Amino acid sequence: MTNESPKPSKPLNRRQFITGVMKTACGVGLFGLGLGLYSQRASSLPAWAIRPPGAIPEDDFNGACIRCGLCVRDCPFDMLHLAKLGEEVPTGTPYFIAREAGCEMCEDIPCVAACPTNALDHALEDILDADMGLAVLIDQENCIAVQGLRCEVCFNICPVRNAALTLDMQHNTRSGKHARFIPVVHSDHCTGCGKCEEACILDEAAIKVLPRHLAKGKLGAHYRLGWEQKRQAGEALVTPDVEHRYNLPEGMRYEHGGQGLIDESAPGQPESPFPGDPLETLNRKGAL
Amino acid sequence: MTMTRREFIKSQAVAAAAAVAGASLPAGVLAQTQDQPLDLNVRWDKAPCRFCGTGCSVLVGVKDGQVVASQGDPDAPVNRGLNCIKGYFLPKILYGKDRLTQPLLRKKDGQFDKEGSFEAVSWDEAFDVMAEHWKKAIKRSLEENKGKSVDEMTSRVGMFGSGQWTVWEGYAASKLLKGGMRSNNLDPNARHCMASAVGGFIRAFGIDEPMGCYDDLEHADVFVLWGANMAEMHPILWSRLTDTRLTRPGCEVHVLSTFEHRCFELADNPMVFTPQTDLAILNYIANHIIQAKAYNQAFIDKHVQFETATTDIGYGLRPTDPREQKAANSGVGKKLPSSFEAFAKQVEPYTLEYVSALSGVPQENLLRLAKAYADPKRKVSSFWTMGFNQHTRGVWVNNNCYNVHLLMGKISEPGNSPFSLTGQPSACGTAREVGTFAHRLPADLVVKKPEHRAFAEKLWKLPEDTIPGKVGYHAVLMHRMMKDGKLNCYWQMCNNNMQAAANLNEESYPGWRNPDVFVTVSDPYPTVSAQAADLVLPTAMWVEKEGAYGNAERRTQFWREQVAPPGQSKSDVWQIMEFAKRFKVEDVWPEEQVAKMPEYAGKTLYEVLYTNGQVDKFPFDGKVVDDRGNAYQNHESTDFGYYVQKGLFEEYRLFNSGPDIIKKGHEMAEFEAYHKTRGLRWPVLDGKETLWRFREGYDPHVREYNPEVAKGDVYFYGNANGRANVIFAPYEPPAESPDEEFDLWLCTGRVLEHWHSGSMTRRVPELYRAVPDAVVYMSKDDAKQRRLRDGQMAVISSRRGEIKARVETRGRNRPPNGLVFVPWFDANRLVNKLTLDATDPLSKETDYKKCACKVMRA
Amino acid sequence: MKDFPGDTASAEHGWLKAHKWLLLRRFSQIGVLALFLAGPLAGVWIVTGNLSASMTLGVLPLTDPLLLAQSMLSGAWPVLSGAIGALIVLVFYALVGGRVFCSWVCPVNLVTDLAAWLGRRFDIRAAGRLSRDLRYWILALVLFFPLVTGVIVWEYLNPVSMAHRGLIFGLGWAWTILVAVLLYDLLIVRRGWCGHLCPVGAFYSLVGMRAAVRVSAEGRSRCDDCTDCFHICPEPQVIKPALKGAARGRGPIITDLNCTNCGRCIDVCSKRVFRFRMGDRRPIEVPVELPDAQSHRVRTHPFS
Repeated sequence: MTNESPKPSKPLNRRQFITGVMKTACGVGLFGLGLGLYSQRASSLPAWAIRPPGAIPEDDFNGACIRCGLCVRDCPFDMLHLAKLGEEVPTGTPYFIAREAGCEMCEDIPCVAACPTNALDHALEDILDADMGLAVLIDQENCIAVQGLRCEVCFNICPVRNAALTLDMQHNTRSGKHARFIPVVHSDHCTGCGKCEEACILDEAAIKVLPRHLAKGKLGAHYRLGWEQKRQAGEALVTPDVEHRYNLPEGMRYEHGGQGLIDESAPGQPESPFPGDPLETLNRKGAL
Repeated sequence: MTMTRREFIKSQAVAAAAAVAGASLPAGVLAQTQDQPLDLNVRWDKAPCRFCGTGCSVLVGVKDGQVVASQGDPDAPVNRGLNCIKGYFLPKILYGKDRLTQPLLRKKDGQFDKEGSFEAVSWDEAFDVMAEHWKKAIKRSLEENKGKSVDEMTSRVGMFGSGQWTVWEGYAASKLLKGGMRSNNLDPNARHCMASAVGGFIRAFGIDEPMGCYDDLEHADVFVLWGANMAEMHPILWSRLTDTRLTRPGCEVHVLSTFEHRCFELADNPMVFTPQTDLAILNYIANHIIQAKAYNQAFIDKHVQFETATTDIGYGLRPTDPREQKAANSGVGKKLPSSFEAFAKQVEPYTLEYVSALSGVPQENLLRLAKAYADPKRKVSSFWTMGFNQHTRGVWVNNNCYNVHLLMGKISEPGNSPFSLTGQPSACGTAREVGTFAHRLPADLVVKKPEHRAFAEKLWKLPEDTIPGKVGYHAVLMHRMMKDGKLNCYWQMCNNNMQAAANLNEESYPGWRNPDVFVTVSDPYPTVSAQAADLVLPTAMWVEKEGAYGNAERRTQFWREQVAPPGQSKSDVWQIMEFAKRFKVEDVWPEEQVAKMPEYAGKTLYEVLYTNGQVDKFPFDGKVVDDRGNAYQNHESTDFGYYVQKGLFEEYRLFNSGPDIIKKGHEMAEFEAYHKTRGLRWPVLDGKETLWRFREGYDPHVREYNPEVAKGDVYFYGNANGRANVIFAPYEPPAESPDEEFDLWLCTGRVLEHWHSGSMTRRVPELYRAVPDAVVYMSKDDAKQRRLRDGQMAVISSRRGEIKARVETRGRNRPPNGLVFVPWFDANRLVNKLTLDATDPLSKETDYKKCACKVMRA
Repeated sequence: MKDFPGDTASAEHGWLKAHKWLLLRRFSQIGVLALFLAGPLAGVWIVTGNLSASMTLGVLPLTDPLLLAQSMLSGAWPVLSGAIGALIVLVFYALVGGRVFCSWVCPVNLVTDLAAWLGRRFDIRAAGRLSRDLRYWILALVLFFPLVTGVIVWEYLNPVSMAHRGLIFGLGWAWTILVAVLLYDLLIVRRGWCGHLCPVGAFYSLVGMRAAVRVSAEGRSRCDDCTDCFHICPEPQVIKPALKGAARGRGPIITDLNCTNCGRCIDVCSKRVFRFRMGDRRPIEVPVELPDAQSHRVRTHPFS
């Protein structure tokens, strides 16, 4: 029953058969080549589209996801989309747009539970471990918090409170008497849920969720931040310094690790340099 | 399961979206000036922010009759060009799609009907129907008051005003109600907000409002926050406090609250205490100061007098409530004389161990706090708002804080400041200074004192004994009286009391919908209150009228009318004065009262009260012109034919700055001066502001009252003896505590993004998106115990009602186990269905921070 | 005027009887769609997901085994519910006939049937010729792609999932692919998509190789050679061995794995030659024609 010829009753000879198979194979091969090239273009995910929590790396995702939309359906907040043909997102795969609606980070992660194929990895049990992307304060010029206004909507809405996004408090040199509360994202904790981008009150969000590989820089492999290493180790990595002593005129003190030179006779000192408890002064090491 | 949960969330989302009409700005607004040349076609003028008591100044940009832009005023001392997120969106609050533009009356078959549907009516018809009801009620009052002395008079009409009223709106209302209609049933929403602070000031200092100013923020070594979430509620002040913490060596911040909130992020000494135990903590600090002999003996000897409060005073509930009947001294505010020794004895039981156990705060934290107060070298500023004020012992706890400052003499100087912050933009300026409370008259005068009434009657050119001497119904009592049919006409202006008042199910709603009651609501938007009203009047807001606000540091700020109100909207002052035209003196006064001033016979209240030669003194030539030559409209002055705002303000000034005033210390500058400044802090003497009151050098009144005063010394001239009162008050339990059935504390409050009931900010799409719905903040443990997950819908119920809200365990507020926090901005989740209308018996302010509730899966 | 296939049957047995299986089939196709659409359109969530994978009433998982196979070939390991879902589908189609999916469930069938109807109605003869085995090549390709690229490449083109997903989740430009299928079937190759190219059909053909439910030309002795069945059949090559194979000793059961069990031959035959029958469990009604009863199980290798 191979080739449907006008006279099917007539048996095929071997030569005709092989030619037919070859022709078919070539045709299918060419078709496959075209399809493969098309798929390569079609499987690239634009930066604004974010996969649901637990999504495995994009290359694997396009293999694992069978485009069933069960995750979309089981999202209790209805914020996932299933890409349609013609959209920039690979057809039939789930995504969300943070600016429209970010992931609410349900504790039971219903989207992952619904996935039949591990395209959304069922190993994700704690939503705080999700890695959908990384929020980046992308426009510091227009972020009104950076300018000193008390906005902080992104900070207030961040579900990984005070870990994924913290406020760096800085003196506002322009106003002279206000602090600026600058949002800083911490990549260790940010899940990329996009609530910050959704909530940003600017006409265009100043904070945006990007794929991690676009958002992250990388420190030179050879270099370590000394104070961070010391903090992590809980002590200096080398033998601590010996006690220093200095030649100083009367009324001057020198702190090795602290303020440096201290003029103890200087006028206008707001307070006495001595702590309230005299024992503290008497027992202080290296004070003389 | 999935299906039902999804459906539920969806239906909630739809309901929420439907309830919030979006706001959009007129076209051409969205352009940022950042890298654009200045838009020369936009007219800029200053105005204070519409929202909180901080009093930031903004510049309002107007083009083609629309507010098209705004910016923080870079020259304003309070905010120096900065705003919070609400201030950022100020222009948008004017342009919600569902602005009310014409009067709406409940009607059936063309007639007013309490059960009818709202129909558009003319202002004439609206006021006709309203006046008919008011006249009927006043007639009943006149009959009931026959033969009664002025001190026993009651009235069946009342008005519920606002700390968001402009100064002259409050003043005009006070005059109409107290001077015209002879009703002291005038109370502002500041009753829910500042009344306990007022009580504390009057009891300790004999004069209202803080002695310090915001400059304390730059001069303190120690900040202590007592029930104040400044990080969200006073955002710009918080950035000043934070800056000092960052830049001043040794500066530390102590934060006390019944749950962790955003201020805890800056706290050096964070303390979460069991509700109501703040009373005990303050007594412990006083005890510590005394035990450590750290108190300022010289200050105490010269400037302090000791008193003790009457105890067991009940909870301001209805007299039939068993808790009131059990209280030995329900509602008694009498103070008894005392001494330092007696005071020391009284606070002695408040030991570190006892108070730590009672409050749940670890001993080392309490000790650190006490030491900060007790250290003579460190300057301490204490800040508080609703945690202290919305408290069944609000006045006590205010005073307990002053006690600590007074024992140390840490008061009335830069950085040493017990500072009561206000929630509303003009809680000070309008509610307090103008005296729109049921017991007050302008400039700290009170209706109880005949000489104060006489002074007011003289200034108002009214016959003797026009102003009743009996204190009127306060905010909570009004609702009870409406439910009981004793208050029959109620006019709410510039607030949303149906959403704001406690115990909606049992008191507010039954009161408003009582067939014997006629409720008028003046508002720019269809609020929950408007839905429950009988007549809704469309109202001009913010820069749609000329206005004045007084912020928490005694700063009075003015603004001009920037744009015309939409449709037939009218400002509150117009509504009050126009309504006064509907009444002849004979309608509201008995014959003998009219006979005292026969020249008023046949005249309207409008003529008697407003065209009295004072209010109508300043001509109006059709426009208000600033010093740059820009001209502004003024609809009220155009309508009435004279400069209304100036006339009202200048007459009001007779109370605080006139030649023969009773209580000095509230002096204000002339009307025109305020249009030229970013506000002035009163008392303003010889054009100079006062930064710190009661201290020689800063406050000229000190030498005036006490010529012997030493340089830089204090004199508390609000009290006749020049001393401030240290008043002992003990810890007493709250009105309602969690029990087996209702096992959680319920605390309510605000969030940064929304103002009060959300009627303005929820109409700003960006703010709505930032915080769409109220959630119930609770601890992870409490949620888990109730099988609740983050984001799940829960039912929160109390003895008085229930609401549904989603659970939030990882949000900005982190309650301890046993307490939940629900914001009240959300009209779809009226948390005041749950709250108890228990009040401080002294200040009559509701305790919104403590009642018992339970939370279950929805 | 040329008679339409089934006209005679309609005349003799009534329209309804002559369209019985067609109507049941349409009911099934539309019913399946309706179950999926009830959720998004009416809020009645009986079935969620789409044909690729679905969940019925929160308990019954169904997974497209071909898609799952591609997913697995790309290196992903399914979760239990996904695997069970695929197994259920496999067992079901293995019993009722693999290509029952094509004729009773697949939404593209509506399009290709429309193309065929239009062709008959307007006498449009698509002249293109293609191998009917091409689909097996494509199937191999479809399975080969994820193995080497790690991507389910077929899903970028698959009109079957595209159509179904599109109807439920939003069509996007997927309608263009359906129009392309329609035009291709109508103008280029008759029954070109389902009968020649579709690897999904090819897959199900293999699944249903040993299906129990079959069409049997039991009344083949009554055949009057009207050829209505050939004209209506989407895979006409499957009929002849059973209908005309008596002489060569072949049984009356259509054993070709490309038969879709659509039942149109039953409908259109005025002589009532065809009927559905279940496997081997019941005696065959026409014992005369059963000299080699076992031969109906002859395997027809697709590539032979």
